[in-house]
Amino acid sequence: MDFTIWQRLDTIARRILPVAITLFLAVAAAAPFHVPAFSAVVPAVTLISVYYWTIFRPDLMPAPAIFAIGLFQDIVSGVPLGVNALVLLLVFAVVLGQRRFFLGKSFLVMWWGFVLIVAGAFAGEWMILSSLERTILDPLPAAFQGAVTLALFPFLTRLFIRSQQALLRGV
Amino acid sequence: MKQRKGSVLRLTTPVKVLVQRFAFLALIAATFALMMLGKADVVVLERFRSIAVDAVTPILDGLSRPAATISDLANRVREIAAVDEENKRLRADNERLLHWQYAARELATENEQLKALLNLTAPPAQSFVTARVVGDAGGAFVRSLLVNAGERDGVKKGQAAVTGNGLVGRVVTVGERSARVLLITDLNSRIPVELESSREQAILAGDNTDLPQLVHLADRAPVSVGERVVTSGQASAFPPGLPVGVVTAVSDSGIRVQPYIEWSRLAFIRVIDFGTNGILAPSFERPQAKR
Repeated sequence: MDFTIWQRLDTIARRILPVAITLFLAVAAAAPFHVPAFSAVVPAVTLISVYYWTIFRPDLMPAPAIFAIGLFQDIVSGVPLGVNALVLLLVFAVVLGQRRFFLGKSFLVMWWGFVLIVAGAFAGEWMILSSLERTILDPLPAAFQGAVTLALFPFLTRLFIRSQQALLRGV
Repeated sequence: MKQRKGSVLRLTTPVKVLVQRFAFLALIAATFALMMLGKADVVVLERFRSIAVDAVTPILDGLSRPAATISDLANRVREIAAVDEENKRLRADNERLLHWQYAARELATENEQLKALLNLTAPPAQSFVTARVVGDAGGAFVRSLLVNAGERDGVKKGQAAVTGNGLVGRVVTVGERSARVLLITDLNSRIPVELESSREQAILAGDNTDLPQLVHLADRAPVSVGERVVTSGQASAFPPGLPVGVVTAVSDSGIRVQPYIEWSRLAFIRVIDFGTNGILAPSFERPQAKR
């Protein structure tokens, strides 16, 4: 009642930040970077984002938004529609169930948790796509992609922590 | 006021949780439905996909430009460092190529004369559309590109995408102003090709590795490492004779081809309209360029 319209808009803008960041990462990852073999190992940045925000602000990372982001990735990357959406939703569900374990733990514990999530996510994607294509896909590129994603995790997470502290305190 | 709000909250929380659970399950079901529909090749889904890609293409286009500029700069620095050596090599090349040019001119004249003697009908003229590569986020399991030219530029499904070096792939979906090119290395790519010297027909089958495989080659067909592979133009809209790659390995496990394309340097491609999918195809269309 004692909120002005600007304060409300400000709050809304802050509250969509996690989803906006994730979507931006999805778009940025799709652009060509002309790095040798990069498109084969482009890190799964949305996975990092969904993992982080589901642990710290699950209220700002709703399932429909995750579905939309996954679908966006499917559309842009050319994999069958629904694959990334499903993987991200399952990651969301698993992390949401375990988030109390991660809260207040050290960064290394979080990283270790992410190793398991990445392994599960890529194994899942590999299985889904292999069964859709009715063949056994080569899992090696996915292993590379997973390793690059893990290596990027500390940097992106630092960015997320900063933005959370700066913009989402008390929102 | 505060207390009333609290009691309402207490009441609604289980309902809210239930609704959220249901919404989550509905979303999971939706992903499965999409996968099944996609497997069945539903036209509406394909349409939806191309419209969505159309919508994001301008954004990707904008993002791809700075990335291209940076990589251009890096290349420039590298080139300047090697300019002396490059110069020497080019001089040698030039001498060699002049000789070839002479030979080619002679052959061209001779070819013209022989064609005139035989009354050979000319093949249909080709036109092409140049497009910028705006997206290559195939990920680990798909090899495809997004380009910023579509139906309005004359791109059609099934056309060949090339660069100056050779064949890149085939157009698989077309939107109004964007199109997806399936690379020859993708698992689903099958290109009719032939060995340049022996004219033996084969199919180039991608398997998501950098070296696609040569399959369905006749049993006794001689094939050796270093042989050039070109498109055969059979049963598709592909022009014959487009360079594809060279044979790099011949073994019991298969024949591998190294494509001519440097995948990391793909900034522009050309989509060739060979005019084979229309009887009344305009034969003298001017090549259009699109930036």
